[in-house]
Amino acid sequence: MRSTWRTLDRDLARDIALVCLADTIVGVSFGAIAVSLGLPFWLPMFLSVVVFAGAAQFMFIGIVAAGGNPIAAVVAGLLVNARHLPFGFAIGDVLGTGWLRRVVGSHLMIDESVAFALSQDEPRRRQAAYWVCGVALFGCWNLGVLAGAFGGTVVTNTDAFGLDAAFPAVLLALILPAMRDPATRRAAVAGVVIALATATFLPAGLPVLLALVGLLVGLRGLRTRQEVAA
Amino acid sequence: MTTTALVFAAAVLGIGTFAFRFAGPVLRARVDVSPQLERTMAMAAIVLLAALVGTAALLDGQEFAGVARPAGIAVGGVLAWRKVPFVVVVIAAAGTAALLRLLGIP
Repeated sequence: MRSTWRTLDRDLARDIALVCLADTIVGVSFGAIAVSLGLPFWLPMFLSVVVFAGAAQFMFIGIVAAGGNPIAAVVAGLLVNARHLPFGFAIGDVLGTGWLRRVVGSHLMIDESVAFALSQDEPRRRQAAYWVCGVALFGCWNLGVLAGAFGGTVVTNTDAFGLDAAFPAVLLALILPAMRDPATRRAAVAGVVIALATATFLPAGLPVLLALVGLLVGLRGLRTRQEVAA
Repeated sequence: MTTTALVFAAAVLGIGTFAFRFAGPVLRARVDVSPQLERTMAMAAIVLLAALVGTAALLDGQEFAGVARPAGIAVGGVLAWRKVPFVVVVIAAAGTAALLRLLGIP
């Protein structure tokens, strides 16, 4: 791990630290909201350790607290988390080799760690960004949830701090360099349009997966250009 | 809901999520990935993240999220495009949304 730290430069460490801070605050709110909904205090902590995916966790406690069917809560959470399958194909190699690294690294796969890894060009820096972001966010998220579950309703409205805008901005800033590639840009724009068009009537999670259809737009342009070049 | 049912449901969600996460790295290690496929998979991840940004920016569940959040993300996006440091981008995005809400704009 020492080499990981040496590879990580100070700017990247600072960027990850900021995301950790924001994540901790959302974690505190998640713990506090879960308890204030009347759920047992261990549930948000248990979810944060075994699921470790904010959107799915919020969805799960929302359905359970409303008296919903636990199967519905599990299905809704799994649907939201299905995007990790294509994430794993894309960044599977940054986890490293060996079963321990693969198992632990897989559990640390979240939007932020994937986006930080993709934002780096060099393989060693990719790996460092992924692991440091994943480990740090796992720690911050769980500490935040623990504090929120015990501390009660200190921070429940994270929207007042604009944190709901901060997280998409984090991902946007990290994927923008990749958008300089025209094929990727076309695919992403098409994907966003598809996701937005279907989000109003499909359950959460599906619209984001359907965005992958946008790849056809990007790849078709690529093939056409290759044919022209040939 | 009983405690047992809650533990079970949360555990199933955790196991299922892990299966999604684990499948990619394991399958990748078993097959030879061509540079073309490598590129496509990286593009797929970017498309997914872009779709997450798009839906999170404009929608709250299935309803319009209001003005403050997309405005904040747009400010962040413009700053990021102009290669302003990441920390400034994120704080400006959150600050814009928070300020608009403080002014009574949802």
